[in-house]
Amino acid sequence: MSEKKDEEKKRKKFTTVSIPTPLFRKVEERIKDTGFTSVSSYVTYVLREIVTEGEKEEEEHPFSEEDEERVKERLRRLGYLE
Amino acid sequence: MPRPHGGQLINRSLKKSEKAKMFEQINELPQIELRSDLINDVENIANGVFSPLEGFFNQNDLESCLLEKRLSNDIPWTIPIILDIPEERSKDIQEDDEIILHNNNGLLAVMKLEEKYNSDKKRLAQYVFGTTDTNHPGVARVFTLGDSFIGGKIELISEAKRLYEKYNLKPMETRILFKEKGWRTVVGFQTRNPPHIGHEYVQKTALTFVDGIFINPVIGKKKIGDFRDDIILASYEELMKHYYLKERAVMSILNFDMRYAGPREAIFHAIVRKNFGCSHIIIGRDHAGVGNYYDPYAAQDIFEEFPDLGIFPIFFKSFFYCKRCGGVANEKTCPHSETDHISFSGTQIRKLICDKELPPEEIMRPEVAKLIICEENPFVSE
Repeated sequence: MSEKKDEEKKRKKFTTVSIPTPLFRKVEERIKDTGFTSVSSYVTYVLREIVTEGEKEEEEHPFSEEDEERVKERLRRLGYLE
Repeated sequence: MPRPHGGQLINRSLKKSEKAKMFEQINELPQIELRSDLINDVENIANGVFSPLEGFFNQNDLESCLLEKRLSNDIPWTIPIILDIPEERSKDIQEDDEIILHNNNGLLAVMKLEEKYNSDKKRLAQYVFGTTDTNHPGVARVFTLGDSFIGGKIELISEAKRLYEKYNLKPMETRILFKEKGWRTVVGFQTRNPPHIGHEYVQKTALTFVDGIFINPVIGKKKIGDFRDDIILASYEELMKHYYLKERAVMSILNFDMRYAGPREAIFHAIVRKNFGCSHIIIGRDHAGVGNYYDPYAAQDIFEEFPDLGIFPIFFKSFFYCKRCGGVANEKTCPHSETDHISFSGTQIRKLICDKELPPEEIMRPEVAKLIICEENPFVSE
C-alpha cells in the first residue's frame, strides 16, 4: 500500500475542534523551530498529557480481599514475602 | 503506583465453573496449534501483561498501531500483537466461531473470532522495524508468519507448563508484592544479558530515586550467541544475593520473544512494566536494538511522542569504567581520556568467557563471572 494511501487513512481518523484564532496564532508562534509540525499536533500532544493526568494513580484496593490473600500466600511460598 | 495501561488490569482467565463447561465442548470446536511465541502472547494477554488488550489485534488496531503507534482508541501501543495462520487454514473458520488455541505444552485457550484479514508483511516490517532487510531478526520473523491474521478476544482455560515457576509473577502478583513492600515508586529494568558492573551502576543509580527496583529479564526465543535464560537468571541471583538489599530489589521474568524493534519496542517494554506496577523504566543506549539498524538514542527520543504513556523513562548514556576516576563514569561525568577507560562491551565480555578467562572485576562481579565461566556453553546455540 502506498504512503499516500496511509496518509489518507491517518487523515480520516481526525476530527475538527475550534479554538480562538488569536490562540491558534500564539500556538503557531510557539511551535516554530520545535519538533511539532502543526498546531493540531501540538494541541493533540497537550490534550493527551492533560487527559491522562487525572488517571494516573492506582485505586487503593484494586483487587478483592480473596484474590489478595491468595496472591500473598503464593508470594510467601515463593519467598517474596516473609 | 500507576494504574495499568488503559486504566484496568485485564484478566482473561476462565473461572473454574466456566472451565468445566468449556471442557465439555472443546472437541467440537475448531483447533489451532500455536507456536511458542504465540503461547507467550496468549498468556500475556490473559494475565494482564498486555493490558488493555483482551485478545489479538483486529485490522483496525493493527492499522492504528502501524500508522499512529496507538490502538484504535488512542491508547499508546507500538508492537502489533497478531495471530497468524496459514491462508488455507483460514478458509475453515468463520467470524463468530469459537476456536480452541492449544499447544502440546499444556496451553489451552478459546478465542472468539471477530475478524479474518490479510496484511502486507513488507509494509508491516517497514513500519515496525523501519526496515525490510531480512538480516534483521524481527523482520525475518515477520516473513515467516502465515498469510492470514485472525483477531478476537481470548479466554485462557489452562496455562502452559513453565520453567522458573519462582520467577513467573503476573502483574496482579507484582502489584500486590510492591504494595506489601511499601513501594510507591518502582523502576523497571529490562534485560537479556547477565549483569556487568555498568548494569549494576545504572540500576543502583535509578534505585536511589525510587523505592524499589524490578529486574525483569526477558525469557524466550533469542538470537544464536545470546546468553541462555538459565544463565541470566542464575547470574542475577548471584548479584542480588551479594550486592542488593533484599527489601529493595525483586526479580521476575517476562515470557516474551524479543522483536528487536528498537524505539518501538522500548515503548512497548515501558507499557508492559507499567502493567507490572512500575512507575519508572530504565532506557539505556540502543534499547531493544540489534546491529546498526537504529540510532543509539532513538529508543530514548521516541518517548517525546507519548505524553500520555503513564510511566516515566529514566535515560542513561553509555557507561565505562575509568581507571583514573576509580569507578563507573560516563561522558558527562569523566574528564579523562579514552585510554583510561575500560568499556563494558558485550562482545568483549563474550570473548573472554569463550576463552574461559574471567572478566576483570572492574567489568563484572567475580561471583557472576565465575558462575558463567563454569558453564561449558552459556550461550544459545540453536
